[in-house]
Formats: sequence, C-alpha cells, structure tokens
Amino acid sequence: MDFNYLTTIIFLPAVGAILIAFIPGLSDKLIKRLAALFTLVPLALSIYLFAIFDRAAAGIQFEEKFSWIPAINAHYHLGVDGLSLPLVILMAFLGFLVVLISWKVDLRLREYFAWLLLLETSILGVFCSLDLLLFFLFWEIEVIPMYFLISIWGTGRKEYSAIKYVVYTLFGSAMMLTGILSLYFATGSLSMVDIAQGGPAMIQSVMPVAAIFFLLLVGFAVKLPVFPLHTWLPDAHTDAPTAVSVVLAGALLKMGGYGMIRLCVTIFPEVAQQYALLLVILAVVSVLYGAAVTLRQTDLKRLIAYSSISHMGYVLLGIFALGQVSLVGASLQMFSHGVITGLLFAMAGLVMHSAGERNLRKLGGLVRQMPIIAVIFSVAGLASLGLPLTSGFAAEFLVFVGSFSSTVVSGIQVCTILGVLGIVITAGYILWMLQRVFYGPPLKQFDKAKDADILERVYMFAFVAVIMGVGIYPAILTDVIKTGITPIMGLLGG
Amino acid sequence: MLNFELIIPELSLAATAVIVILLDLVIPRKGWLAVVSLIGVLVSAGFAIAMWGGDSQTMFNNMLAVDNFAIFFKLLFLAIAALVILASTDYVSKFARFQGEYYALVLLSALGMMLMAATTELISIYIALELASISLYILVGFLKDPKSTEASLKYLLLGAFASALLLFGMALVFGFTGQTQLGEIAQAIQGMSLAGVLDSLGLILGMVLIVAGFGFKIAAVPFHMWVPDVYEGAPTPITAYLSVASKAAGFAIILRVFYSAFGLPSWLSLDWGLVFAVLAAIGMTLGNVIAIPQTNIKRMLGYSSIAQAGYLMVGLATVGATVGLSPAADIVGRSSLLFFLASYALTNLGAFIAIIAISNKLNSDLISDYSGMGKRAPLLALALTLCLISLIGMPPAAGFMAKFYIFSGAVQHDLLWLVVIAVINSVISAYYYLRVVKVMWLGEPASEEKVPSSGALRVALSLSCLGVLLLGIIPGYVMKLAEMAAKMFAF
Repeated sequence: MDFNYLTTIIFLPAVGAILIAFIPGLSDKLIKRLAALFTLVPLALSIYLFAIFDRAAAGIQFEEKFSWIPAINAHYHLGVDGLSLPLVILMAFLGFLVVLISWKVDLRLREYFAWLLLLETSILGVFCSLDLLLFFLFWEIEVIPMYFLISIWGTGRKEYSAIKYVVYTLFGSAMMLTGILSLYFATGSLSMVDIAQGGPAMIQSVMPVAAIFFLLLVGFAVKLPVFPLHTWLPDAHTDAPTAVSVVLAGALLKMGGYGMIRLCVTIFPEVAQQYALLLVILAVVSVLYGAAVTLRQTDLKRLIAYSSISHMGYVLLGIFALGQVSLVGASLQMFSHGVITGLLFAMAGLVMHSAGERNLRKLGGLVRQMPIIAVIFSVAGLASLGLPLTSGFAAEFLVFVGSFSSTVVSGIQVCTILGVLGIVITAGYILWMLQRVFYGPPLKQFDKAKDADILERVYMFAFVAVIMGVGIYPAILTDVIKTGITPIMGLLGG
Repeated sequence: MLNFELIIPELSLAATAVIVILLDLVIPRKGWLAVVSLIGVLVSAGFAIAMWGGDSQTMFNNMLAVDNFAIFFKLLFLAIAALVILASTDYVSKFARFQGEYYALVLLSALGMMLMAATTELISIYIALELASISLYILVGFLKDPKSTEASLKYLLLGAFASALLLFGMALVFGFTGQTQLGEIAQAIQGMSLAGVLDSLGLILGMVLIVAGFGFKIAAVPFHMWVPDVYEGAPTPITAYLSVASKAAGFAIILRVFYSAFGLPSWLSLDWGLVFAVLAAIGMTLGNVIAIPQTNIKRMLGYSSIAQAGYLMVGLATVGATVGLSPAADIVGRSSLLFFLASYALTNLGAFIAIIAISNKLNSDLISDYSGMGKRAPLLALALTLCLISLIGMPPAAGFMAKFYIFSGAVQHDLLWLVVIAVINSVISAYYYLRVVKVMWLGEPASEEKVPSSGALRVALSLSCLGVLLLGIIPGYVMKLAEMAAKMFAF
C-alpha cells in the first residue's frame, strides 16, 4: 500500500470544511470554489479507484488498517469491495454536484458549505469502514450536519423536520449501538471482516443471535426507511434545501441498505434466511404503501420524497430475497435510485426556484418557459418508473428476476408480482406529476420563470449521462458489484 | 511509618492555599493570586505525575494509600481545579473582597478531594469529605445575593444531613465488623457466612446509609434534590467545579469503599451492583426528563448532571456478575468509569466555561437569551456546541467514546436491559441539548453586539475543547491510564 486512497477520499471534504469554516475573510466566490475543489478531487480519486479495481478478485481492496484504540481492540480499518465501491462513487459524484446545485445559496454561505462537506465525509466514511466502532462513529457524525442543514437552510416547518430526523436517527442508532456492543462481546472483535469470516460459530452469547440481528436491523430500517419507520422521511425531504434533499435521497438512505447487506446478511446469514419472509412482506408493503401514498401528494417535493419509500422497498425486497441476482439488483437499485432521485430533487429545486411554486395544483404549462428543465425532468421521471435504457430499468429488472427465482421462502413469487404492481403505480404518479407541472395551457404568472443556465445544464447532463450510461451498459457496475456479492452468496450456502 | 514524601502533592497544595491567603493581605494586584494558585496546582500535579506507575504504598497505619487509582484521581482533580481557577479570574476580579479566600477555598476543596481518592479508612474518608464539602459550602454562597445565599444554606443543610447518614452508616459497619480500615472490613465480612450477613441487618443498613451519603455527593437520584437550586445560585465557576470535581470525588470514594470493603463475597457485590443498576436507570430517566422543560441553562445542566451520574452508575453496576469473566474483561467496568469521569469533567467544564464567558456579557443564564449567539460569538457558540454534542454522546466528541466504553462494560456483564434504557435516554437527552444549539445558531440575535471573552477564559475553553476532541478521536492513551488505575482492585 503506497497511497492511502480511501483516507484521502474520505477526509478531503472534511479538510475543505475546516478551511472554509476557519480561514477568515474568504469571499463568497472563493468559498464555493474551495468547496468544489475539495469535492472534485475525491470524485476523481474514486473514479480512479473504480478504474483500477480488480474485477477478477473477490474481497476487500485498497485496505488500510492501523491500531486505533488498543484498549477495546478497535482499528482504523478502511477498505472497499464490490458492494461499497459503487456507493462511494455515488456519494463522491453527488458530493461534487450538490456543490454546483448550491451555487445560488446566499444565506450564511460559510457555514452551509462547511456542513455540506462534513456530511460528505461522514457518509463516505460509513461506506468505507470495516471496523464496527469506526462505522458507528461515521454513522453518528452524519446527524449533526443534517440537523443544521435542514433547520437553517430549509423551508416550511424546517425545525420540526430537523429534530424529527435527529430523534428518529438517534433512536435507530441507539438500537444499532446495543446491537454492535452485543456483537462485540459475543465475538470479542470489532472487525466486520473477522466476524463475517468467523461466522455464527464465533458468536458466543447468552442472548439469541436473532436479537442482535434485529437490533442492527432496526437501525438500518429507520434509515432505509422501511414501513412503518418511514415517517421522518417525507418531512425531512420536503423541508430540506434542494442540495440536502439530493444527498439525503441519493446517498444517505443507502447507508441503510448497505448496512443491511454488510452486517445483517453477511454476519447472520441463517437468521436472515429464517426471517426473510417477514422482511420480504415488509418490503412489499413499503413498495405498495409508498406508491399509494405518493399518488395522493400535491406537493412536488413531497411526492418525490414518498416515491423514495416505494423505491427503497425494492432494495429491501432484493436484499432479503437473498439470491445472487436479487442482491446485485438491490445494490444496483441503490446506485440507480441515488442518481435518479438526486436528479429529480435537483429538477424540483429548479422548478421551485424559478417558478416560485411547488404545489402541483397551481403549476402547469411550464414546458413553454423552461423546455430544457422539462426534458431533463421527464428523463428523470421515466428513469424512475423504470423505462428501458435507463439505470432504473436495469436495477428493477434484476431485483424482480432475482426475487422471482429466489428459493429462500415459498411464495416469494406472489410478493414479487405484488411488488411489480408498484411499477404501475409509479408510472401513474410520475406521468401525472410531469403532466401537471409541464403540460396544459401555459400560465401567465410563470411568464418570468427562467430555464436552466449553463451551470445547471452541466450538472443535469452529468446526471443524465450516468443514468443512461448505466442503463445501456449495466455491466460496468454489475461486474464490480458481483465481486462483492459472490462471497456473501458463499456464506448463504447458495 | 510516616513516609511524608508520599503526600507531597497534598502538602504542596495545602501550602499554596496558605500562601495565597497570606499574599492576599500584602499585594494590591489581586490578579497574581490566580497565578500563584495555578502554579501551586501545577507543582502539585508535577509531584503526582512523578509518583505514577509505582507500586501501591500505604502510610499512616493504612489510612492513606498511594496507588495509581489515587494518583489518577488526584491528577483529574488538579486539572479540574486549574481550569476552574482559569475560568474564575474574570468572575472573581469583580469581587470587592475575599479574592484570596476564594482561590484558597478552591485549592482546599481540591485538597479534600485528593485525600478522598487516597483514603482507605472510614474516619479519614469522613474527614477528607468534610474538608472538600465545607470549602464548597462557602464557595457556593460567595455571591452574597439572595439566590446564592439560599443555595449555600440548602447545600449546607442537606450536605450536613447526608454527612450524618454517612457517619451513622460508618458507625454501623464498624459496629458489626469491629474495623474501620477498608481491607480489614473486607476480611471481617468474608469471615461471615451468608446467614451471618443476612442476620446482621445493621451491616446491610450501614451499607445502605453509606450509599445514601455518597449518593448525595454524586447527585444520584433520589439524593439529587439540592442540585438544581445550588447549581443555579452558585457562582458559575463553582457550579462547574461542583458538577465535575465533587461528582468525581464521590465516585472515587464509592469505587474505593465498595470494591475494597464490600467487594467479596460475590453475592454481596452482585446485590449492591443491582442497587446501583436500578439507581442508574431511575437517575438517567428522571434527570433527562426533567431537564427538558428547563429555561435556565445552569438548571438544565444541573438536571443533565443527574442524568450523567446515572450513566456513570452503569459503570458501578457492572461489578455484579463478574464471576467467571477473565480479569482483563472484568476491568472494563471500572476503567470505563474512570474514562467517563475524565471525559465528562472536560466536557462539562468546557460547557460551563462557555457559559461563564457568555453570562459575563449578558448577565443572564436564560436559554432564550442565547439566541443568535452563533453570530455574536461564533467560536464560543462552536465550543459550547461541541460540549453539548459530547454530553449527548455523539462523535467526534469525548462523550461518544465514554458512553461506548461504559456501555460495552455493561453489555459484557449481561446488563443489556440497562444499556437499552441508557441509549434510549441518550436520545431523549439529545432533545434538550440540541434545543440550546438550535437557539444559538437559528435564533435571531437580540443585538449585534459581539460577546468578548478574556484571555484566561479562552485558554481554559480551548484546553477543555481540545481535550474533548482528543478523547473523542484518539482515546487510546487515556483508556490505558484508566486501565492501569483500575487494575488495583482485583478480586
């Protein structure tokens, strides 16, 4: 190991945050440029890692391991495998683009970008940590920037939404902490790699293994979110500033799905198989309930927020179908949803900013005033409902094929078919939303609404390029993801 | 044997206190008193550090012990005293008279606490405790306004009551064992059978009364009634001092007494371990829930300190069910308690120092007056935010590691139910700590005027914040020290 890529990727944004926060007398322009620089370099590095990632080898790569707290056997242990690398790239990608999306923020700029960069560091840290304590540390740090970002720069009932987010997250992580502690004492180790390799035999505990599994699962389920732990999400998404909604929907929710695969499934394969039926049913409920509630929304951002619940249901379905294809599909769905919903929120932000309105009943005919936004918004919407040639199609197709052919529980085919129904509802609300916002007779009050400027076009096309790229050639990601899923399948005995 | 060299840290601190009082008579510039006190503290700390790591020694017929455990606490008290003195300079310079006495009393109560950490005999425990307490009674009433006087009187009366309970408990224990030296009490109890101990209800009652007496010091529920009023009325540096040093001293003495005198047989420690577990659960919940509606930040931190005492008692509770664990695993319960105390001390001191700086300007401790502090004093607000985050137990601050460590000890001792209560309490506590954060960063400032802070306050605040971050990110070294200190209670 000659160069600590992961440490650099994780902590560069934090360095940027500290510089922005503490160097006196920075001009607004310089703050934005610094923020862009300190997110662009991690993006470039993560793409470089993606390029040199060894697709033939399974297991952890770019590992870094140092003793951190000898007293409790904790290590500073980083590494990525096929499961986490796409998510690292996703976060680095969104991290850079949200700086561009935030270019027009003018309230308390210095604090804003400092918190935004700190948020990126913590999420990247979660995806790269291989030590349970380090993982939990990054997981917890994320709450603080989110609290400030929503409560200061948000809209509407922002303080209520921010504290609701914090309380839900802390409740989830409190459960997770007890789970981690139980796991630590049952195995004597904090290393995810060692515990996964040691298998259930390593867990010597008086408490049932399933209890540890569910303690951890609750922490992740709050984040994903899984019905009925989802109620923080619509509030937080709706009231957060655009850039934060993008990160929240794009990368933060994936911490839940990632944690489920990395800890729940990998460490407790038997328990996962035992309770798969329950979780698959919860997944289908999330899909259908999320989609049904989305149909009723009249607020543009709230609609997109609720659609996330439904789409994250597919992730849960793919994970607990516990098949090779379904797990690859779930991982791809996490990446794909991150980019698509990121774009949807960015577009919704532009519409709101430019038209000054986000109530679907009052919007209409905007295709006249903002043709480019209308086209890109439609592309994002179509990707979201799973149109072929977009990443949404590839991911959801894999999830459905994988779970339909799964043998983990009998009757999963019925659940899968019910899940597919979600797509139909998705098509309904997405098309309805596009129609309400962009079509119909042009309205006078929006005559002054502007279309996207150069900077906005740049990030829009970056999003679209990724969505289409992955949609046309999904193997670019699935090749990598497979190297992460194959060892897990070995544990599952499949 | 009289090995006076073993109590040089204490002697030098006592000498400093006398020098400060005498200097107060002759020098006109009272600022030097703080400097002299600080130097005295540092010299004493230097002597204490020099003794670290040696074998355990005893002196004065086994009345005092000099071991790593005692030295760990002595250093902790000296560090706290130094920060409190630094934080007091502004505050005290406003006093017309008695500045020398103020510093001398701070030093004397630190001396009492240092002795508390070292005593191994019931009567000297009582004397050390009274030395620490009486100095604090006076300090609490130093402001001479009605609130401060009321606080002092309340503290004195309840404190005297607690001392009486403690003394009565000690008398009962002496009556049933015939010993005052902790090691000999332990031998006497181990000589008794289960039926013998159960028959001597007086011995059990004595232990209960001792718990009550010490419980007052650490502000454990149900002996916490004095906390909010005293915290609110006392001069803020003294509130800080009370909330960390007095609590740490209480825990030091509880650890010493219960581990060395009542540690064996194991069913006995299992029983009082359970008592502490229940007190911990009630304390955390009560402290956190009552802290939510508070409007005065000192009162809020008062209730929060009751809750923190609850988390700390989770560490005490781990003594139960130690049977069958390896010695290395067994130590986590105690060393995590020491680590938690160190991180709590730094965190709470940091929070109070920020409050001192802010109230110097505002003359108010109402949370609503902190509105817009993020604009008026960004660095102070940032430091206070860090300390509050640490009190919630979130990374990257010390409180996170401390909680992780102390809860890990509890999980290991099969106290998962207690850990679940504790982590849920952490979530509850986030609500009221974040309320202060919210007011500071989201509220509109009442005026645009900046809030200045003096050099001494800045130094004290930076030191404690640095410590909070250090213990939060690279806690390994201090954990190692805590482990060395805790190792001496092996059974």
